[in-house]
Amino acid sequence: MKGVLWASALITISFLVIIIGFIVYKGAPAISWEFLTEAPRRSGRLGGIFPAIVGTIYLAGLAVLVATPIGVGGALFLTEFSKESKFTRFIRFGADTLNGVPSIIFGLFGFAFLVYYMGFGISILSGGLTLAFMILPTVFRTAEEAIRAVPRWDKEGSYALGATKLQTIWHVVLPQSISGIVTGIILGLGRAAGETAPIIFTAAILNPVLPGSIMQPTMALPAHLYTLTSEGISMQNAFGTALVLIVMVLVFNLLVSLIRKKKALRR
Amino acid sequence: MVKMEVHDLNLWYGSFHALKDINMKVYKHKVTAFIGPSGCGKSTLIRCLNRMNDLISNVHVEGRVLLDDKNIYDKDIDVVNLRKRVGMVFQKPNPFPMSIHENITYGPKLHGKKKGLDELVEEKLKDAALWSEVKDILGQNAMDLSGGQQQRLCIARCLAVEPDVILFDEPCSALDPISTGKIEDLINELKRHYTIVIVTHNMQQAARISDYTGYFYLGELKEFNKTKKIFTNPDNPETERYITGKFG
Repeated sequence: MKGVLWASALITISFLVIIIGFIVYKGAPAISWEFLTEAPRRSGRLGGIFPAIVGTIYLAGLAVLVATPIGVGGALFLTEFSKESKFTRFIRFGADTLNGVPSIIFGLFGFAFLVYYMGFGISILSGGLTLAFMILPTVFRTAEEAIRAVPRWDKEGSYALGATKLQTIWHVVLPQSISGIVTGIILGLGRAAGETAPIIFTAAILNPVLPGSIMQPTMALPAHLYTLTSEGISMQNAFGTALVLIVMVLVFNLLVSLIRKKKALRR
Repeated sequence: MVKMEVHDLNLWYGSFHALKDINMKVYKHKVTAFIGPSGCGKSTLIRCLNRMNDLISNVHVEGRVLLDDKNIYDKDIDVVNLRKRVGMVFQKPNPFPMSIHENITYGPKLHGKKKGLDELVEEKLKDAALWSEVKDILGQNAMDLSGGQQQRLCIARCLAVEPDVILFDEPCSALDPISTGKIEDLINELKRHYTIVIVTHNMQQAARISDYTGYFYLGELKEFNKTKKIFTNPDNPETERYITGKFG
């Protein structure tokens, strides 16, 4: 029995190793200084992916910038400003449901609502907001768990010294839950950077120049990878792009585990 | 002199009637102890004295609690200001996960104090009989202190906002006998300048350190008297049964 379980664990990790190993093996030859710093030429057959790297940072950054205040604010409302009720349960249920919505649906919604109805066009703004909707439940629920984990006696200690609710939140609740909140934000960042479906209708084009404002479309790593592969433009560059993307996401995950480790040492 | 007065106080958690018609006085610069078996309402009552129960949902309070003849449950009372005047030390030592220095200055800083913080830290740590043990490690995280030290730090932290009354909610229940002794000595010192209310599980502790004692049972204050009287010749036979250990 233990052997079977051991094999299951081994298979899980081996998938990670195989996928990453494969991407590195196929993608590494494409990586060069030029590949990382130059714009693509001839639809990405030649040249680099610099605009896609920058575009992904813009898109994921905007998503996090929008989702963080809303998510953390909502989490604070549920934990500190409301009593447990049908309404709070409904909000939580809603967030969990939103989390389960397939990302292509977000893409479709962003296309119909942001691109057309709101008139934002195919742009970083449309794509970033679409990604923000998508990662909002992650940020929200992780923040809620983190804030809820702050012990009651720490808050009472602050109130007993004559602190107001806002002072207590600012000086006691947030400092103690910040690593959990940041974990959620980085998880969201990683997901926003990696998702293709929400941005192919809303933000991403094959455009070798850097966007001048958030009202302009942009290249993005996952969408570029999709184009390179589906159009059969360059498999080598597709794997190169994949490698850059996966390194980016791995760095985010590494950050998360570093923060968790630091927190575990704290108490 | 009377510092606080409780008049016909009733409290409900939802539909549970936790405090029934409580009437008592807290005398200035004296130690008042609440004793009684678990769940008798003594902690609930002490948490009424600085309105800490406001933080719990589903609590309903009726009656009056006077602090210097002013009802703290009046609508125009600023709860924040009340809690500055009526400080609290909790059952579980709960220093903030910050440095020792920051723990002491937390309250004063919130209330706008910017100068003389170092002097304040030294003074309050001395008042709490902790200075000699921590004077060289003020920058260290308070969570690294021992339980007894943490509790004395919480007392110093409470003193730093200069309250009139200090409420101790079973302050020694998580501590070893030596640390308990130190806290008891400290309470004896503090009563010269502060009015003290203490909830305790430990009857000997109440007998050792308090001037007045209230015996609670099932949400009722069965007897309130001078401690000497309660422990030698109580008016209520129920009190006698409890303190002689025949019950509880």
